[in-house]
Amino acid sequence: MSTNDMDGTDQIRERDYTGAKLGMWLFLFTEVLLFFGPFLLYSVYRYRFGADFHGASRELDLFIGSVNTAILLTSSLTMALSISAMQKGSKGLSVALLFITIALGGVFLANKYQEWMSKIGHGIYPNSQTLLGQSRGRVLFFGLYFFMTGLHGLHVLAGMVVLAFAAVLVITEKITPSDPIKLENAGLYWHLVDVIWIYLFPLFYLVT
Amino acid sequence: MEEKEGSAKKPQYRTYVFVWIGLLMLTWLTVTLSSANVAGLGMITPMAIASAKALLVVSFFMHLKYEKGFFKALVLVPLGVIIVVSWLVYSDVLYRR
Repeated sequence: MSTNDMDGTDQIRERDYTGAKLGMWLFLFTEVLLFFGPFLLYSVYRYRFGADFHGASRELDLFIGSVNTAILLTSSLTMALSISAMQKGSKGLSVALLFITIALGGVFLANKYQEWMSKIGHGIYPNSQTLLGQSRGRVLFFGLYFFMTGLHGLHVLAGMVVLAFAAVLVITEKITPSDPIKLENAGLYWHLVDVIWIYLFPLFYLVT
Repeated sequence: MEEKEGSAKKPQYRTYVFVWIGLLMLTWLTVTLSSANVAGLGMITPMAIASAKALLVVSFFMHLKYEKGFFKALVLVPLGVIIVVSWLVYSDVLYRR
């Protein structure tokens, strides 16, 4: 595979910690701006249709929303602990914490599915006859609700796949205590998904 | 002054648990304030609490606190974009008839 004169470059590539981190952070910035677009749209329409947004928000289940927030925050804790465990050399603990993180992501999505289904069961989903017959503010609120929580849900799903890959790489010794950058970058992605939810939660559940 | 590649200082497990407790308490605070329907909360208070939570996650869980200054400066770029674009959009929306 690698010849002697290749070894030097291989090593540099493997040790380019700053480069790997920089690439990940730049990608995360594009993700932030992706969610910032609909956030702007939301805030402008909320300014225009304040009463409708308030009423529609009260129809969402604040309890499930709060529990889901706690679940995602806890998954961020287990993610951070998994990276710490890897850096300290406890491979088994690191993998176990990764699986807990993935499982918590799954619980979050299952709750989200229940919430969506209960709204859809009442005929409230984008472009439904029931919703189109209601006020413009409600159409906008639920349109943004389904779009933004749906886009976030896709990110949670993607994060779970990334973490599953990371777990495989840890088990196959491709991620090691001396070279944990792939796990750290996977963790950065998972935490960003958490940060996005931290903002989405008050937007949809806590409209006063 | 040579900086070690990788991460020099890493937080302890305990630090993460404290941050997590802080995050849960801030969540409780924002839900309680909203449920009490305190008048005039608007969007500012929940967004301020959300930003405090985001700061905790980014600083500790995402290790930004322990990264080189370059990474901290880099975060100002998307923040600057967000501030400028928000200002342009809101000034248009508020004064448009």
